[in-house]
Amino acid sequence: MTPRARSRAVEIVRAGPLTTVQDLGRPGYAHLGVGRSGALDQPAHRLANRLVGNPPAAATLETTLGGTALRALGEPVVVAVCGAVAAVRVNGASVAWAAPVYVPTGALLEIGPAVRGVRSYVAIAGGFLAEQILGSRSTDLLSGLGPAPLRDGDVLAVAQPPQVPPAADVIPVSAPADSPIELAVLPGPRAEHFGAETWHTLTRAEYRVKDQSNRIALRLDGPALARQGPDSIPSEGAILGALQVPADGLPILFLADHPPTGGYPVIGVIPGEALHLATQAAPSTRVRFRAANLGSPKAARLR
Amino acid sequence: MRILRYGAHALLVECADPDEVAALRAELLRRREQGLLPAFDDLVPAERTVLIDGLDDPAPLAGEIAGWDLPDPAAAAGSLVRLDVRYDGPDLAEVARAWRMTPDEAAALHSGLEYRVAFCGFAPGFAYLTGLPPQYHLPRRPTPRTAVPAGSVAVAGPYTGVYPRLSPGGWHLIGTTGARLWDLSRSDPALLTPGTRVVFTPQSRG
Repeated sequence: MTPRARSRAVEIVRAGPLTTVQDLGRPGYAHLGVGRSGALDQPAHRLANRLVGNPPAAATLETTLGGTALRALGEPVVVAVCGAVAAVRVNGASVAWAAPVYVPTGALLEIGPAVRGVRSYVAIAGGFLAEQILGSRSTDLLSGLGPAPLRDGDVLAVAQPPQVPPAADVIPVSAPADSPIELAVLPGPRAEHFGAETWHTLTRAEYRVKDQSNRIALRLDGPALARQGPDSIPSEGAILGALQVPADGLPILFLADHPPTGGYPVIGVIPGEALHLATQAAPSTRVRFRAANLGSPKAARLR
Repeated sequence: MRILRYGAHALLVECADPDEVAALRAELLRRREQGLLPAFDDLVPAERTVLIDGLDDPAPLAGEIAGWDLPDPAAAAGSLVRLDVRYDGPDLAEVARAWRMTPDEAAALHSGLEYRVAFCGFAPGFAYLTGLPPQYHLPRRPTPRTAVPAGSVAVAGPYTGVYPRLSPGGWHLIGTTGARLWDLSRSDPALLTPGTRVVFTPQSRG
C-alpha cells in the first residue's frame, strides 16, 4: 500500500456527467470580476453536512443528473446524500438517502441518476479537501476558478471529522418539488423597462426549463417578454437570483456561477429562499412565477 | 443618484456618470472603514451604477445615501500602476487609421494618458480603464476573436484594458504586456482594482 492510499481519501470511480466540489462559495470578490459560485442547492448542501456532523462551510460533491461513484481509501468514512433523490448503494446494497451512511474502507459508494431533481450533494464527515481559492473550494464553471470538474480516477483528500458527533441521525427532509414549480418573483431594478403588461405575462404564463441550463443560469422557454426600453443597457452589477431578459425576450435566471455584471435589463429577482427550487428543476420542468413584494414576511438570509 | 431596490438584500444606485460612480464607491468604502455602514458582501461598481449586495435590510441605507455629499472623484483615485507595453498588436494599424494618425503616433497617444479602473468584470482581473478622450472611442470589432492571448492590451468604446488570460474577445488589440493581471499566488490576485490609476509605458518593439 502506498502512503497515499493509507491517508484519508476517496477515489472517484465514476465522475458522472458533471460532478464538482462545492462549499458556500466566494462572495465578496465581484468587484474583481469573480462570481460567488458555491453549492447551487444551499439547503441540500447544508443538510448533507449537518447529517455527517460538518459545519456548513465543509465542501461537498455536487452531482448533475447522472450521479457519481466513489471508493473509500485508507479509512472508513461516513457520508450523507441529499438534494436530488437518487438510489444510494454501498457495495451494491441499498442504503438510506438523506441519512448518515457508513462506508467501510475499500467499499464502493454509488449515487444513481437523479430520480427527482438535478443535483445530489455528497457530504463526507470531515469534508472534502481541495485547494482554497479566495477562501473557497468551489468550482466556478464561468471563471474557471477552483478545482476542475472531477474525472474518473481522481483522488480527493478528506479532512479529519469533527470530534463532536452529529446532533441528529435523521432530519425530516422533503424531496425537490415536482413539475410545475412555483417561484416567487420580486420586481427587479429594471422592471420599469418592461411595463405592467409584460409583468403580467411573466407572472401568469408558464415557462419551461431549457436543456442549456447550467450552474451559471437557468434558461427558460415560453412567452417572450417585450420591453419598452433598449435591448441592452450599460453593464451593471448582477446578483444571485436576478431574472435577466436578453434581446430575444426569454428570461434567464442567474444561479451561483453567474457573471458578476450583465448588460441586459433585470425584470425580477427570485428571493434566496426560493432559489433551491430552481436549482433542482430539470430540463422541461414547468415554471410559474408568482408576483411577490418586499412587504412579504422577511425570510432568513442564505449565507 | 437614483436608488433602486434589487431584491430583498441589495441596492443598485444609478449615477449620472462614471465620475459619480467612482465618488460614490469611494464614499461607501470610507464609511465602511469608519464603521458607519451595515455589513454587506459585495460592492460592485459598473459603467453607471454601484451595486451593494448582501445587506440584511437595504431600506435604511437606501434612505441615507440620497443625502450624502460625495467627494471629488480626484480624491477617490487609488494607487498608480505602470504597465510595460510593446505596441505590436494585430489591430494597431487599423486603430491608428481610425484615429487618423500613424501607428507610432497611436502608441504615443495611448501611452501618454493616465487611466483609471472604472470597474472590473468579464473575467477575474479584467479591468475597464477610462481616460481615453471621446474622439478615440471605437466600436468593438464586428466579429469577436475566439482566442485573444493573455496580456493583450486593447481598446473598445470608452475603454482600454488588458486581457488577463486567453479568452474570446471583441476589442481591438494594440499591444502586449508581460504584466500578470491575475495571479493567485499573490495575496491580492488582481493587479488592477477599481480606482487604480494606470499608465502604459512603451517598450521597444524588439
